[in-house]
Amino acid sequence: MSPNLLIAYRFLTAKKRAMLMSLSCTVLGVGLFIVTQATTSGFEEFFIKTILGTDGAMRVEDKMQDTIRSMNAGGGSDFIISHREGVKYIEGVEEPKLVIGGLNQFANVSGTSAVLRGNVVVRSSFKNETAQVFGISLEEHLKVSDLQHQIVQGDLATFRESPAGALMGKVLAERLELDVGSSFLLDAQGQLRRYRVSAIYETGVSDIDKTRVYVHLGEARSLLKRPTGVTFIQINLFDKDRAPQDAYQMQEVLKHSARPWQDREKAWLSAFRALSVSSAITVSVFTLIAGLAMFNTLAMIVLEKTKDIAILRSMGYERRDITQIFLWQAGIVLTIGAVVGALVGIIGTFAVSKIPLPINGIFKTETFQVSWSGWHYFEAILTAAILVMAASIIPARRAARLEPGDIVRGTAQ
Amino acid sequence: MLRCTDLQRYLGQGEGRVHVLKGVSFEALRGQIYAIVGPSGCGKSTLLYLLGLLDQPDGGQIAINGQTMSNNDDAARTAARGAHIGFVFQFHFLMLEFTALENVMMPMRKLGRLTPPQMAERAHELLASVGLADKTHRLGTQLSGGEQQRVAVARALANSPSIILADEPTGNLDVKNSAMVFDLLTRLAKDHGQAVILVTHNPDIANRCDFVRPMRDGVFI
Repeated sequence: MSPNLLIAYRFLTAKKRAMLMSLSCTVLGVGLFIVTQATTSGFEEFFIKTILGTDGAMRVEDKMQDTIRSMNAGGGSDFIISHREGVKYIEGVEEPKLVIGGLNQFANVSGTSAVLRGNVVVRSSFKNETAQVFGISLEEHLKVSDLQHQIVQGDLATFRESPAGALMGKVLAERLELDVGSSFLLDAQGQLRRYRVSAIYETGVSDIDKTRVYVHLGEARSLLKRPTGVTFIQINLFDKDRAPQDAYQMQEVLKHSARPWQDREKAWLSAFRALSVSSAITVSVFTLIAGLAMFNTLAMIVLEKTKDIAILRSMGYERRDITQIFLWQAGIVLTIGAVVGALVGIIGTFAVSKIPLPINGIFKTETFQVSWSGWHYFEAILTAAILVMAASIIPARRAARLEPGDIVRGTAQ
Repeated sequence: MLRCTDLQRYLGQGEGRVHVLKGVSFEALRGQIYAIVGPSGCGKSTLLYLLGLLDQPDGGQIAINGQTMSNNDDAARTAARGAHIGFVFQFHFLMLEFTALENVMMPMRKLGRLTPPQMAERAHELLASVGLADKTHRLGTQLSGGEQQRVAVARALANSPSIILADEPTGNLDVKNSAMVFDLLTRLAKDHGQAVILVTHNPDIANRCDFVRPMRDGVFI
């Protein structure tokens, strides 16, 4: 052990109570930071997983067409026909096969599903509800969604084998008092067609579960009288975080608007981010208190150890040795606080993940959702390191500035 | 070996500024014991701290082994203190969280000339030479005043300095312990050829030194 570290350790252990105050605040600060970040990130990740499992990582929809551009007569003439430049959107994808062919050229695309969407009225024996019908090719759609795991009643095999089968959201089925096997009518533009509930799904997203009915794409074409084209193409990606870059390139190449999930769910993601930052700031108060306690402890030690500082200086210890001795003290508290705090974080995160918490609406869960990420530990320890070490610099520099001659003469300030 | 010429030192500020040392010149040689005596406030301790490079003079020069030190920067003066000078203070100034052995090893750890086992061996030898062989692992708080001062003497000798500066080393001890500490200091210094400069009010101690330099009002008389 270096002499400076040994001296720091002995100085610190001589002030056990003050040291324990700094240490406990550091432990709490690090531990709570980890737990709050684990829970806010956990819910955010669960939300992202839910929305990726329902609406996919990206949607390619309306065709883009350039509007008339400004024209210059040229040849040295000043004659200009000026227009506001922009893009005109033509609803839907007219040539889904061509677009899907183009999409499959992107290395990050793991699946595509052409979807035809239309507004309908669902009529059961008891009630009518407005809803949206989604015409899908089941096998393709399973590659871009978690529909398979969202089935809560019935099964997909029945839907696969039944041309007039339908997958109905749980909330909608409850409102219409429909069970698996029940028949119902879809009313689109005055055309009535009868379907049977093959399965009931639940995404946990209430806006989806109360409005969405999946039928086979061919059925939807007949019902909505759209023999060609689709409303949008749902896309799944190998790397979901690259969606914005891919969307930009797809838009440029395919001339169809492409909307990544980050853009589509911007409002919710911003809310989660704000929650994460605000909870981090709140729990950082503990770390701030740890820094203040450290400042207080070191300031006391400087006052009490002026003679020891003079002895050390008379023995050949330099100013930087004195600074190091005091920074080592903060370093010891920080190291122990970080290790114990991280353990508290691990135990706390695990304990919180077992707390029952039924949530339904933006996603469906029965317990707290937590995220296990090394970044939370890094951020917590970095915050503690910055605050504790920053608080230690002033007393450490003050100790180093003390003149040994003044101390032994008794005139040190 | 240690020479100072025309040392000037002022203390305090403004109207309270006092001219403490008024052109003091002094020389100390190996193996000799020097006593600086005089009334309180005459500048004895101020001179000692200047000679020990703990303080900087306002004028004049201090040279150790022919090398001028008084105008060097803090790092050079600190290094010179560690290598050439050992201090014994009136109030022992042991580091109380450390054992006697660790206190004696402290200057050696900083200088880094010896390996840790060699440091421990030398610290044991020094503590044995001051009669504390059986108390090496006692904390400073577990030693009497006389014992603490003997540890301080051992610590001052740890790096085999060429100069030992002692500020009232027996001022806080009873007669028996005063005699013991002085005998130790002078015997060990003579054995190792070190110059000892001590400030004292005790005429018995001063009379046993090789040279006595009385001071008054910031000058030797």
